[in-house]
Amino acid sequence: MFGREHTDREYEHELLQLREQLLVMGSQVESLIGDSIRALQDRDTRLAERTIAADKGVDRIEVEIDGLCLQILARHQPVASDLRFITMVLKVVTDLERIADLGVNICERVLELNAEPQLKPYVDIPRMGTEVQSMLRDALDAFVAKDAERARKIIDRDQGVDALYAQVFRELLTFMMESGHNVYRATRLQSIAKYLERMADHATNLAEMVIFMVDGEDIRHKKSREESNETDPHRGQN
Amino acid sequence: MITQALPSTDSEPSGSIQIRRLVVYYGDKKALGPVDMTIPGRQVTALIGPSGCGKSTFLRSLNRMNEMVLGCRVEGDVRLDDEPIYGTGVDPVAVRRRIGMVFQKSNPFPKSVFENVAYGLRIGGIKDRSQLGDKVEQALQNAALWEEVKDRLHESAFGLSGGQQQRLCIARALAVEPDVILMDEPASALDPIATAHIEELIHELARKYTVVIVTHNMQQAARVSHHTAFFYMGDLIEFDRTQAIFTKPKQPKTEDYITGRFG
Repeated sequence: MFGREHTDREYEHELLQLREQLLVMGSQVESLIGDSIRALQDRDTRLAERTIAADKGVDRIEVEIDGLCLQILARHQPVASDLRFITMVLKVVTDLERIADLGVNICERVLELNAEPQLKPYVDIPRMGTEVQSMLRDALDAFVAKDAERARKIIDRDQGVDALYAQVFRELLTFMMESGHNVYRATRLQSIAKYLERMADHATNLAEMVIFMVDGEDIRHKKSREESNETDPHRGQN
Repeated sequence: MITQALPSTDSEPSGSIQIRRLVVYYGDKKALGPVDMTIPGRQVTALIGPSGCGKSTFLRSLNRMNEMVLGCRVEGDVRLDDEPIYGTGVDPVAVRRRIGMVFQKSNPFPKSVFENVAYGLRIGGIKDRSQLGDKVEQALQNAALWEEVKDRLHESAFGLSGGQQQRLCIARALAVEPDVILMDEPASALDPIATAHIEELIHELARKYTVVIVTHNMQQAARVSHHTAFFYMGDLIEFDRTQAIFTKPKQPKTEDYITGRFG
């Protein structure tokens, strides 16, 4: 009697289409991160330029997804899990688009760095890149599998990326203290590390959104909300 | 059996309805229950569910309207502010005065606007013209109809629009000063503007009355009610705050029904 598919086939199709578009956007962003890090490691200026151009495709699909969300909201007035899915998608596309923009920022710094000799071998920055890419991939997998547990594990990994960033920052500081000639390149590398650290924050947002979609539980800013709830008379109801 | 109760507060506002092990039979066939729930006073509770799920049967059992259905039998206990509605010595007419009802299709009497509202008051023994006039005006004010009909009080009620006729029926129910208003799809035959008037009125009514509304329109339930009860095949499946039902229902059957994954 109770099926898992919508009785309205068109509605079902639109939701499916939205899900697929989101996954396409996710994979585009994932490869954009990989390409930006490869452009840095291989000092590949042409790849950096191609990657900057690829961001336009991400922007295009973001607009398409937003339009599809509005269409579904206006035509079908979704509720419950469908409503959580649509609101999640509206937020997730913003995070994905920001990640792509940060990838572009990396490539812009790569173009500047490639005009100079390499300051040092890159070890921790590519490690950050690999980790961020994997966090994004896992968040998208958790979304597909509707797996809140997998999403929770991603959130814990954000601290690891923060620690790597702190390490990179300390190391670059020593280069800058060593010689004023290093400052230009070191600050560019520091920016790249910061971009990656921000990407991990966005991947964490994605994971939080997946948890909201699956469980209906909003885990963002939990601590500060718990503190303010202590005076809420409705606390504990349902 | 699924029983539902909302968290009670220390000072329950008046007009709450306590339902305990309510079962309704049509002949030998059980149509509803057992249902256990407490409808909070001075708030709007929406009853939703597919056709034949028992929501209208449930609504009618709150003011003993089911007794008018041949072969209908009701078991269990329904109380309004802890006073039993069923039982020997309880007058069903007195119950229906405290618990009024508005139907899907507006059904004004073939009388003037004034006489439609005054009808229940006259039966209740009010004869004084100025007292009748005051109460009719008050009821029409409360039904948000006064401004539209004050200059045509003595014209036929059939001259009003569909939405106005429905508000006239609400005024008629309000005139006898009930505690509870039951509404069975009160806006299903109205256009969106008339529907918006009725929904706005329902918000207003909840300041003074307990409102229980049956609706097939899910968005309407989400818009007007504080609490929502979902019925399916004669059982109360879930009863919770409306916001919780429409964002994060606990029961998979509720989820399937409200999202349209059904049938």
